[in-house]
Amino acid sequence: MTPNYGKELSAGAVLLIIAALLPFASDGYMLSIGVSIAMYTVLATSWALFSGPTHYISLATAAFFGVGTYVTGAGIDLLPYWVLLPLAALVGGVLAAVVGLATLRLSGVYFVIFTLGLAEMIRQCVTWFQNQQGHKGTYVLTDLTEAHIYWQLVGLAALVYLIGWLIQHSRLGFALRIIGDDEQVAAHSGINTSLSKVALFIVSGAVAAVVGAIIAPRYVYIEPAIAFNPMLSFQVVIMALLGGTGRLWGPLVGVIPFTFLWEVISASFPNQTTLLLGLSFLIIVYLLPKGFVGLLQKIRAKTGGFA
Amino acid sequence: MDIIITGLLLSGTYALIAMGLNLQYGVARIMNLANGEMLVVGGFAAFILFTGGGVSPLLTLFLVAPVAFFLNWLIYRIMLRPLVNRAKSRGALEQDAILTTFGLSFVMVGLMIWGFGGDYFNYSFLSRPIVIFGDNFGLNRVVAFVCAVALCAALYLWLNHSRAGMAIRAVAVSPESARLVGIDVPKLSARAFALGGAVTAVGGVIISTFLTLDASIGVLFTMKALIIVIMGGVGDVRGTIIAALILGVGETLVATFIDPGLTLAAAYAMFILILLFRPQGLFGRRPT
Amino acid sequence: MSVNVLSLRGATKRFGGLVAVDHIDFDVTEHQVMGLIGPNGSGKSTTLNLISGALTPTAGSISLRGARISGLPAQDIARKGVARTFQLVRLLASMSVLENVMAGAMFGHRRRGRHDAEHHAMEMLEKVGLGHVSHAPVGALTYIDTKRLELARALASDPQVLLLDEWLAGLNPTELEEGISLIKRLRDEGRTIVLVEHVMDAIRSLCDNCVVMSSGKKIAEGTPEQVLSDPEVIRAYLGDDDA
Repeated sequence: MTPNYGKELSAGAVLLIIAALLPFASDGYMLSIGVSIAMYTVLATSWALFSGPTHYISLATAAFFGVGTYVTGAGIDLLPYWVLLPLAALVGGVLAAVVGLATLRLSGVYFVIFTLGLAEMIRQCVTWFQNQQGHKGTYVLTDLTEAHIYWQLVGLAALVYLIGWLIQHSRLGFALRIIGDDEQVAAHSGINTSLSKVALFIVSGAVAAVVGAIIAPRYVYIEPAIAFNPMLSFQVVIMALLGGTGRLWGPLVGVIPFTFLWEVISASFPNQTTLLLGLSFLIIVYLLPKGFVGLLQKIRAKTGGFA
Repeated sequence: MDIIITGLLLSGTYALIAMGLNLQYGVARIMNLANGEMLVVGGFAAFILFTGGGVSPLLTLFLVAPVAFFLNWLIYRIMLRPLVNRAKSRGALEQDAILTTFGLSFVMVGLMIWGFGGDYFNYSFLSRPIVIFGDNFGLNRVVAFVCAVALCAALYLWLNHSRAGMAIRAVAVSPESARLVGIDVPKLSARAFALGGAVTAVGGVIISTFLTLDASIGVLFTMKALIIVIMGGVGDVRGTIIAALILGVGETLVATFIDPGLTLAAAYAMFILILLFRPQGLFGRRPT
Repeated sequence: MSVNVLSLRGATKRFGGLVAVDHIDFDVTEHQVMGLIGPNGSGKSTTLNLISGALTPTAGSISLRGARISGLPAQDIARKGVARTFQLVRLLASMSVLENVMAGAMFGHRRRGRHDAEHHAMEMLEKVGLGHVSHAPVGALTYIDTKRLELARALASDPQVLLLDEWLAGLNPTELEEGISLIKRLRDEGRTIVLVEHVMDAIRSLCDNCVVMSSGKKIAEGTPEQVLSDPEVIRAYLGDDDA
């Protein structure tokens, strides 16, 4: 029951330092892929914190991310940059709380549909609001470089892993596993099921908003179609499920290959990205229902080794 | 007045596609998120036959219906039945179905873009004005409305007054009890799913006569159909029709008085209100 | 005088036009084992669901030691001290036997820390006779052991009232004997129990008091001997020639 916590944490710290060295070792192209991987790692891992145990499929990532980019976009001229990140977390968290309280009492289907439409709804409202103001987008001009953005994301990833690790070893983490197995048993055991779910949803919403706030300077010019791109939500779901949500590091295993695959496909066959998304979904359901992590465990079980 | 009528004409088609989704979700218990793509495929077929061979969309209906029925039946048998069989719980099936039908939807979009490109398509069919209560409306919209209403009515009568329709409704209410009285639930689920797909594709043919479509617009219709089904209550035909009316008229009002870019936002606002105050649908009873 | 732990007053549940539970009144006193019996479909399980908060009563009130619990969500009722087993066993499939019991020990009536809960859960497993399989996955259990496990999970929360929904159903004669003696031990510990049961032997040997339901109504109340010889109860079970 008590694995070696120190070992887990120090292994994580070493990997983190290695990841942080990337900007010194590579050229612009590899660094930009590094930024993508770091971004998707944070998004997919925080997505899995909520969706892994509860089995709710959230497609709200793009909504939180977009809200975060707009916090930076609207606030960059008014407030210091470092204030914007916690502000984005706050806004994302509040949005998640409102959405969660309204929809998490209901069945999974309602939740999926609602989150799918959320980004689109906010996008339409932002577009409308900007049209009223007479412009189409916002400039985000900072002197942050690609390496700065990368380091911020790696730092955020470290924070997300730490939060995830703490949750897993907390009452809340145990409560969520019970909810994931059988919500009725959870309620009859005295667990406040909706509060637990909303709490985790707030964490994942706040994190996604911070990612958006960090990425915004990279776009330089942000407009609703970029900030609230629904593809992002689907990519995150696929990466997390492809890796497997049973382990904290699972999503990372999905993020790395999928980011490269996505780069290749969108560079050579830009029209076929939708087909790729579709096939990935089908592969997950029919071939990898528990992701790479599940596959690995199966292979280990067959060869008789221990995890 | 003309706004109300425009909204009314739109809601006829909305009701039809929502009936399609309702059959699939209410009876086969699969929330088909590729529903909107089936609609686009129907519209595509009508477009190609009309521009290529001058075939009237009203004739295309009769071709699209059986083909879509068969196609959806295959989808259910090959892709969805295994999920139903392996599912340990309703929740697990739900998650699998969501992922699969999303995948299917993206694959269909991808294939359509691959084959025909991502351009908008429309064609000019019966685009003559017709005067109702002193205002001008496109004849194609009126014809589409009449077709949609006729099909909805036929479906309603069939569900309520035929033996097969009765069996389908029995499965919708309680699959376990339906099995006990000797109804072959898996077979009927497949048929209901196929029928729902056919209805949606027919809705696509109808909608293509007056709206511009493109390969990736399907998801928009999926969302609208879902909103209607949830608003009206799963398996409730009367609720579906009224919800379609509310959505059609509401959207038209928002588009006219505020901004056409906000139609989906308006639909969502309605959806949120329903979820908060009547999650069981407008007329549904509270789940027990 | 003994204290009323659980009281139902006019508890009613309607499903649309159907009245599944119709103005039920009864009290369960401290250390009492109350049997809720009646023919199939008489509303026994629904009554249990009303007490545990799985369903909300349409009318009437249910109170625990004088404090109203009807209308509260299931988790609040559980925390106030009502624990239950389910008619169809519900276990946490991805967890070990021990973790299943810890679920009850950590979040129930008495909320414990993880370490404390593990210790307590182990005790409960010993009590129901599952101490030797505490680290097994639940998939490996036999049918009666899944029932035992569910019972241990309910006990782990130190409930004021334990609700058993046909806990003995589906057991073979040997298992039934073991099951009855297990519940007897719980009674001897002084637990307050409400059980819905069909097995007559169990009712006779376990229950201090019985409430008999038929078509949602209470038709008799008393000791097992009294109610089982009541002509109206016999008519409800065997059917009425005039009906």
